[in-house]
Amino acid sequence: MNKNQLAVLENFILFAKANTTELEKAATEVVGSAGREQLAQIGYLVAAVLFILGIKGMTHPRTAVRGNLLGAVGMFLAVLVTLLQQGVSLPVVLSGIIVGSAGGMVLAKRVQMTQMPQLVALFNAFGGIASVLVAGAEVLKGPSPETDGVVAGFAAGIAGLIGAVTFSGSMVAAGKLQELPQFKKPWSFDGLQITNLVLLCVGLLLVFMMVDNSGWEYFPLVLLALLLGVLLTLPIGGADMPVVIALLNSYSGLAAAAAGFVISNNVLIIAGSLVGASGLILTSIMCKAMNRSLSNVLFAKMGPAAEGPAADEVYEGKIKRTSPEELAMLLDGVQRVVIVPGYGLAVAQAQHIVRDLANLLEADGVTVEYAIHPVAGRMPGHMNVLLAEADVPYEQLKEMDEINPTFSQCDVAIVIGANDVVNPVANTDPTSPIAGMPILDVSEARTVIVIKRSLSPGFAGIPNPLFAADNCLMLFGDGKKALTELVSAIKEG
Amino acid sequence: MTLITALTIFVLAIFIGFEVITKVPPTLHTPLMSGSNAISGITLVGAILAGGSTFGSILGFLAIVFATFNVVGGFLVTHRMLAMFKKK
Repeated sequence: MNKNQLAVLENFILFAKANTTELEKAATEVVGSAGREQLAQIGYLVAAVLFILGIKGMTHPRTAVRGNLLGAVGMFLAVLVTLLQQGVSLPVVLSGIIVGSAGGMVLAKRVQMTQMPQLVALFNAFGGIASVLVAGAEVLKGPSPETDGVVAGFAAGIAGLIGAVTFSGSMVAAGKLQELPQFKKPWSFDGLQITNLVLLCVGLLLVFMMVDNSGWEYFPLVLLALLLGVLLTLPIGGADMPVVIALLNSYSGLAAAAAGFVISNNVLIIAGSLVGASGLILTSIMCKAMNRSLSNVLFAKMGPAAEGPAADEVYEGKIKRTSPEELAMLLDGVQRVVIVPGYGLAVAQAQHIVRDLANLLEADGVTVEYAIHPVAGRMPGHMNVLLAEADVPYEQLKEMDEINPTFSQCDVAIVIGANDVVNPVANTDPTSPIAGMPILDVSEARTVIVIKRSLSPGFAGIPNPLFAADNCLMLFGDGKKALTELVSAIKEG
Repeated sequence: MTLITALTIFVLAIFIGFEVITKVPPTLHTPLMSGSNAISGITLVGAILAGGSTFGSILGFLAIVFATFNVVGGFLVTHRMLAMFKKK
């Protein structure tokens, strides 16, 4: 088989220069027309294995690049063996692939790392709509003799429902993450949840009706699901977006798996369920990191501003200001510094100057580490990518569970642009909106330095007693400017 | 392929997914997401097999464009990100 595959590959390259019929002939010569279907199935199996090995490579930064390449090879193989089968005519396929590749390449090259959440939301949307279109084309064709019509109809309905919800929901999420003015404020109305429930029930009814294979239900089903996706995502606030895009990531995989059931194709089912599982795991990790249930994130109304002690009460007379020069002296002769970055750091584009600060400290023999809260960025793992972009080595990026027990051996913790994720109220006040949320225990460090514009609250809207703690010093100002001043103060000192 | 075969593959693949993906460290969660976006572009295979009528081919063409966008964009941006993760 290996020789055959190689021969087919060579033939494919030949074909790229020649034309359609030549490939058809060549492929038939190599494997015979009946063998092509079998060759395709074996190709799909190899592709599925490569996808699994590819994801397995993602378990360590050292092997991740190779893992991603394995996945890409698997995809190339799957597409190649598919081209040998009948379907959309080859010129149409190739022009579609060229258009899609060009768009994908441009975006992948141009996107800034701060914009990754929007890009992933857009990818989720495209995955969803692709499944809707594939299922739609199959509904149009009617069931083929060798497939079970009832299964195909039902699966097409599911693919349409999930795919369309994923598409419109992800487009709204992308708009929110891009901070388009239209999506600035979470939008809701009384009875929204009842409306959604009714839409979902009607949608499921249409899915069940699809088993008769008359096909007319598909179009209204997709329209309804598009509306449902918008209504489900609009009320969700910016801080909850990491959960939403992880969930929509999972949906886009499940829609692909459903499309696999429609055309009885193994590789679609396997790849789709891998992505579905991945999205679900990330969703649950994000929910745990905020100590909220998924239904709370998705359906809870935005409550009125939290009650509890007023900011003045917490901060009055207890805030100690500091200056870059004072900090430079403080950092002289310390042994271990932990930097706690929040999204404010990325917004200020201060990752690189943080790296400069770390370099200076390391040159003095100081151990520098970064404590990364799971929701520090706008999507799972976002902050790690932003720091990696600034050439921070990955061994220094520590996750919460690993670094929390070590804060007591830390001389200075520097909190930059983070607020709620270091608020001790989460552990002490069961009535607070962030009660039970796992936090980074920075107050255990000998000295805590908080670099922040003002005492304004974070997303949770509550004051942070950490700022008033005895061992906490506040350096007010823009993150980037403050750090630049600190770096030059250390250089001078 | 019977429904039972398809369901078996589906369920087993989900289990494999859970086993493998729970071992991915938080550091790599963003590349994991963009990489899995690329893998869910596998609908490209379904899109190529679509067709039949003219309208079916139009739907197929659009699906090919969207799915390829995911495949190419997803793998490239993941590669770009992973290349940034360096040892000391």
